[in-house]
Amino acid sequence: MSAAPTVLPRSRAGSLADRLRLGDPFAYTLTVVCAASIFLVTCLLVYQLWLGSALSRHKFGWEFIFSSTWDPVTETYGAVPFMFGTVVTAILALLISVPIGLGAAIFLSEMALPAISDTLTFLIELLAAVPSVIYGLLGIFLLVPVLESTVVPALKSVIGFLPIFSGPFYGVSLFSASVVLSIMIVPFIISVSREVLLAVPVDQREAALSLGATKWETTWQVVVPYAKRGIYGSIFLALARALGETMAVTMVIGNTPHVPTSLLQPGDTIASVIANQFTEATSDMYISALIELGLVLFAITIIINGLARLLILTTGSKTGK
Amino acid sequence: MTRRNSLAVFVALGCIGLPAFGQLSLTGAGATFPEPMYTKWFDDYRKVHPDVQINYQGIGSGGGIRGVTEGTVDFGATDGPMTDEQLKAFRDKRGCGVLHFPTVLGGVVPVYNIPGVNAELDFTPEALAGIFLGKITRWNDPAIANANPKVKLPGNDIIVVHRSDASGTTYVWVDFLSKISDEWKTKVGRNTAVNWPTGLGGSKNEGVAGQVKQSANSIGYVELIYAAQNHMSFGRVRNSSGVFVKASLESVTAAAAGVQMPDDFRVSITNPTGKNAYPIASFTWLLVPEVIKDNQKRDVITGFLHWMLGPGQKLTDALQYAPLPKMVVTKEEKAIAKVRSS
Repeated sequence: MSAAPTVLPRSRAGSLADRLRLGDPFAYTLTVVCAASIFLVTCLLVYQLWLGSALSRHKFGWEFIFSSTWDPVTETYGAVPFMFGTVVTAILALLISVPIGLGAAIFLSEMALPAISDTLTFLIELLAAVPSVIYGLLGIFLLVPVLESTVVPALKSVIGFLPIFSGPFYGVSLFSASVVLSIMIVPFIISVSREVLLAVPVDQREAALSLGATKWETTWQVVVPYAKRGIYGSIFLALARALGETMAVTMVIGNTPHVPTSLLQPGDTIASVIANQFTEATSDMYISALIELGLVLFAITIIINGLARLLILTTGSKTGK
Repeated sequence: MTRRNSLAVFVALGCIGLPAFGQLSLTGAGATFPEPMYTKWFDDYRKVHPDVQINYQGIGSGGGIRGVTEGTVDFGATDGPMTDEQLKAFRDKRGCGVLHFPTVLGGVVPVYNIPGVNAELDFTPEALAGIFLGKITRWNDPAIANANPKVKLPGNDIIVVHRSDASGTTYVWVDFLSKISDEWKTKVGRNTAVNWPTGLGGSKNEGVAGQVKQSANSIGYVELIYAAQNHMSFGRVRNSSGVFVKASLESVTAAAAGVQMPDDFRVSITNPTGKNAYPIASFTWLLVPEVIKDNQKRDVITGFLHWMLGPGQKLTDALQYAPLPKMVVTKEEKAIAKVRSS
């Protein structure tokens, strides 16, 4: 009697699917359908945006993305102030949150004791689940007063000579919105980057250490480059959230449909203006203009993501697979 | 899932549908300003007519107008009367007209936050227009200081706060400004959302109030009832008779009395005649299609309108809404008959 597993003849193995050897093709078809359905939904979404914005597209044409007047009374609409606000707040939020997030991820994966790391990770992942309205409330009642009383005056004394950081600060502004956004997207960067850093094989670290590298040199020159792809992925995730964030931004950005000349001035983003004005938009042209703004946001997201990926492809891909 | 569990789920789902049996339910949507009043009315009406359930969603005046035009709701509600274009769109879409029925009155007040100034400020219409146009930039500008000789106003910049979302409150405010300032009328105009020349945006009454409270030397505008319930101090505004009037239920009702009511009830009562009238006030309307084919629904709506003009008007004070003037009530009672079956 050998211990080798016996292979039952197929006819006795059970279900009809097994017997007809449908398993693999069926699994393939099922997964293809799942993937295709997501793609189909996205296409439908773009199609609906295209249809809904037809009125506004025919009236304004390309002027829409070059004009900065948003006037519901004369029915003149232009997307520039909102495009500006969306892109600037997202990029500034990334500039603030990526160093902090990456630093925290490195600490949690490489330097912290496992007990601390696990507790902190749990808490940070909870932060990612907080609804954005709560962040908006925290922004208005906690963050904006703190910024107004301590942070901005301190920053102004250092970099106040820069034109983008000049002018009076009333609390609600592009800067406040960027800070709130960065707090919201940091948990994404931390949790995904930490996972990726932990997945770097131990032998990479051991090889570096055996060559005489210090702990920090190992981390920064071996582990992080190895995990670059995943870290970029986390940044894309964070960027996508930042571009589309509505509630938290609308509460702290000041909702002024003008292009600001300084980060301390109020502005507006596409998501924020759609959320604020869609329910009360009475005329068809107004609604069509708001839908066209949605189409513009979709295009911005694709373009920025595409550019970022291009940047990564063309700059280093020699280390890290 | 076991068979017993799936049966339980089906029964539970079925129970959700049960209350619908034997009930006539109506849906309405629109302005958020009168929502607390409407909610109370529909609730009390149900006590009198237990088989009638009226649901109301406060999604904004624009949403109410759109909903009643598309027919997705049985009636709408709006703080700003429908324009001629909107009336025409309704007629084109539904083949009949739409009737406006005023329900209650409200007012919009200027709220401000000037450190060191606790007195009630008096605002002339020109001062308000200048501030919101961005032409009057300091609190101690003569336009404001001359109306407040006893108050020491600082030389700080005025921070203007307006609504970021479209709303009937904004409509009433800019309607008033359009009437008293030609420059406002040509440069900005009137709508539920406008291209504000200056200022920060706050979302809804809460947003504007919060922003004003947080920003020193700021001024904004909120609904009277909101200011009253939140114990906010607000200023007086000069009316067309030259009297500085503080907004209150009485002064708002006086504003409605000083206006000639047209037959279709679409009227603006900002800047009216009358010594005691508060100049920034407005009706809010229910929008009912002229033709309602469903006999039951028509009876419910007309029945509710009659009730609203009778016992309903007595409930307004408790919630701090101003009731309709008697003359308007009489005229409206007759207009309810215009709702026909075909």
